[in-house]
Amino acid sequence: MVHAAYLMAVLPLAGFAVLVVAGRRLGDPLAGWLATVAVLGAFVVACVSLAGLLTEPASARHLSENYFSWITVGGLQVKVGILLDPLSMTMCMFVTGVSALIHLYSIGYMKGDPEYSKFFIYLNLFVFSMLLLVLANNLLVMFVGWEGVGVCSYWLVSFWHERDSAASAGKKAFIYNRIGDAGFLVAMFLIFSKVGSLDLATIFAHRHALGSAGATAVALLLLLAAAGKSAQIPLFNWLPDAMEGPTPVSALIHAATMVTAGVYLLCRVNSILALSPDAMWVVAIIGGVTAFVAATIATSQQDIKKVLAFSTVSQIGYMMLAVGTGAYIAAIFLMVAHAFYKGLLFLGAGSVIHGLHDEQDLKRMGGLARLLPWTYGTFLVGWLAIAGIPPFSGFWAKSDVLSNVYAKSPALWALGVVTAVLTAYYMTRLFVLAFRGDERWAASVDDHRPSPPHESPWVMRLPLVVLAVAAFAGGILDLPWVHRTGFASWLAPVFVHTLYQAHQSTGVGISLAVVDAVVAVVGLTAGFVFWRRRVDRPALEPAFLQRVWYWDDLYDTVIGRPGQVLARFAATVVDGRIIDGAVNGAASVVRRSASGVRRLQTGYVRNYALGIALGLAAVIAFIISRVWWS
Amino acid sequence: MSIPGQWYLILAAALFSIGALGLLIRRNVLVMFMCIELMLNAANLSFVTFSRMLGDIGGQVIVFFVLVVAAAEVVVGLGIVVAIFRRRANASADDLHALKG
Amino acid sequence: MLGAVHPTLPDSATFAVSAAVIIGGALGVISSRNAVHAALSLVMTLFGVAVLFIEEQADFLAVVQIIVYAGAIVVLFLFVIMFLGVDRQENVAYEPLRGQRPLALLLVVVVLGGVLALGVSAHWATGAHAVAGPRTAGGHSNVYALGKAVFTTYLFAFEATAGLLVIAVVGAVVLARRPRREAAAGPDGEVPGPADDPEGERAELETVGAPQADGDTSPSQEEVPR
Repeated sequence: MVHAAYLMAVLPLAGFAVLVVAGRRLGDPLAGWLATVAVLGAFVVACVSLAGLLTEPASARHLSENYFSWITVGGLQVKVGILLDPLSMTMCMFVTGVSALIHLYSIGYMKGDPEYSKFFIYLNLFVFSMLLLVLANNLLVMFVGWEGVGVCSYWLVSFWHERDSAASAGKKAFIYNRIGDAGFLVAMFLIFSKVGSLDLATIFAHRHALGSAGATAVALLLLLAAAGKSAQIPLFNWLPDAMEGPTPVSALIHAATMVTAGVYLLCRVNSILALSPDAMWVVAIIGGVTAFVAATIATSQQDIKKVLAFSTVSQIGYMMLAVGTGAYIAAIFLMVAHAFYKGLLFLGAGSVIHGLHDEQDLKRMGGLARLLPWTYGTFLVGWLAIAGIPPFSGFWAKSDVLSNVYAKSPALWALGVVTAVLTAYYMTRLFVLAFRGDERWAASVDDHRPSPPHESPWVMRLPLVVLAVAAFAGGILDLPWVHRTGFASWLAPVFVHTLYQAHQSTGVGISLAVVDAVVAVVGLTAGFVFWRRRVDRPALEPAFLQRVWYWDDLYDTVIGRPGQVLARFAATVVDGRIIDGAVNGAASVVRRSASGVRRLQTGYVRNYALGIALGLAAVIAFIISRVWWS
Repeated sequence: MSIPGQWYLILAAALFSIGALGLLIRRNVLVMFMCIELMLNAANLSFVTFSRMLGDIGGQVIVFFVLVVAAAEVVVGLGIVVAIFRRRANASADDLHALKG
Repeated sequence: MLGAVHPTLPDSATFAVSAAVIIGGALGVISSRNAVHAALSLVMTLFGVAVLFIEEQADFLAVVQIIVYAGAIVVLFLFVIMFLGVDRQENVAYEPLRGQRPLALLLVVVVLGGVLALGVSAHWATGAHAVAGPRTAGGHSNVYALGKAVFTTYLFAFEATAGLLVIAVVGAVVLARRPRREAAAGPDGEVPGPADDPEGERAELETVGAPQADGDTSPSQEEVPR
């Protein structure tokens, strides 16, 4: 049963191919249903493969199959194949599952859009690339998937490309990704030069050939790649801008799947990371700092999607923090839970936006609780999950991460706790501003908002409900007292020697959990207190935070302007004067020498006779020189 | 040998040089032609001298043919001169500079 | 027939006088302002060369030289001079082309010097003896030897030069033809050639410079633009 696992990737690819050929003819909504069925089929295959994998004993849950040889050039032998183990199986399950739900949601959300089928083409291609990334047993094939999700993200973010802001956002996303990709490439070069192969199994078997400096370099380079893909410091600015894309895109790519690819990569190469404790500290610090910074920024954003975007950056910071401390299973647990509740939150936000006819400003929402009941109910679940209120999944996941971090580094733990407060606070702020309070949307009566907000159709509500259930009950996967039989034991064989398990006494564990709960309640309360009545609180929304700690401006000044100056220099001086000058100069040299030589052609026969005499003198001189000096 | 061949050859070289100088300096086409004849005569003289010095009749045979060809050349050349300068009063070679580059 | 071993006085005197005549005539050719004077100087030179031919026992060639060169070719020259205007005087002092005179003098001196230097260093005559046959065929005359060589060894070349002469004559007749005065195509269907163009409007050869009417005394030599 597991041997058909490749179908998981092939089905979305087939959907993509069919839609490319016939999508426009199928139209709205048939193209959407076809795409959804393709991904649903992939989910079914994933379930079947999971069942097949579960029948194997724990130590033998590892399938690596090669399908064909892609590159055979001297020492570089790259075969395309899949690696199915608990880690990739987990990823596949939630990628296909959440993707299927979001495809279903998009059928309703994108209804009426003139480029309806194009959207699903990109979505299917994205799912294929993501699955390729996750299932690859070879770094180069993984990189193909990595690039694939990057380019699909570019297409989808700039889907409404007539808008300048959307086109720029797509470009920004792609460029930041690219910088990370450079790290990935150099890491591959390093690995290949030291180990001689890009196959994952071979690399892990021979990882000691990297040497400690090499391992650190590879780890840091892969961290750069992950930072680019998963929007961590210093490459996180693209994610908020990427909210220009349609909301399902934000849900799928920028909440549930693509941004987790970086975390997945680091988890996959955990054995190399383990060779370099310094690199792991860097990962942890970057994760922690990013989580904190993004949380502070999220407290001051006015666009509902931007809040959720920074929230994503912050949550992935948590995952990186977990990876950096070696608590891989906690990171993956958080990843799965995050996929559920963040996907839910984004889809809910999309429902709000759809209902309010494309209004995204929090200050202009309010009082939607009774008008959008399904959205309100499911959003409530998501809100409580992300805030970390027990018994929702978010609580268990976050406390798992934080308890491991506490044992490794109290400083980072404190940072994580503060971030948890902020998380609860800003999510509550969002919830209150959007759903409770006065109906501010009614105040601005525009011509193009004739009807009051309406609830979404069932294709959009069903995914919300499913995700809400998952967000609520997802904690079952990894309850602390079922470590031996639950999620952790399922994933443990992947991280055989590298997993960090904090061995704390039950007392410490419980008090840490209590701290997490208390912290969540504190943040929640603060959110209610400040934002229940008043909408306008400039003291709590300083410009520094609204402007993303001036990060974009920093990059513009340090990199953007010099880049433009350089480009202008290259265009005018290098290209204009040097290169054109050389080319034109060669031509003008020819022209000038020709016009000089032309003066020999006087037209007078006697001058030509002089030329003959000159030649005669030269020949005689030559003969004399040969006769006398030979 | 009565007179050493060198003298003839020196004389021929001098005659040739004078003919070349005249060709380069004079503008009248007919005088230029005559200078060409001077040069041909210098060549003939040296051929005959070589024929005597080397005891070979071939030199004189060459002169024979040179004579014939010189005659033909003069005939055709003067025909061209007549054709070009028929209408003109002065036959100056400097008037033909239409091929100036 | 064979000359004495060392030059005798008559030989030397003959040579000296002939040489003087030759050089004098040559200098006369290049410095005469009048074309007729130049032609007469040329005759002088040709006679001198003929005398030297006799001195070198090339009797046949000497006579042919006088008959053909001095007798026919120079006469041809004089005919054309008469035809084109006998009293035109070329201004020899004026040289419109810059640098022509000095350069010409320099080059000619160099060439002369070079040839003489070569001659001296190569001992004047280095060829193989008697390739084509002895100069004199055992007691026979020079005419006999020359005739024998031309009509046996070099027969093909002889015939070729005969053809060449025919071609030259035909060419000269065609070139020097006066344009015909009949208009367009005549009754016997002859295509109008350059003869139909008495004023020379159609002849390319006539477009060299501006056609000048006869009797125009403007000296084009001085006005030739550089």
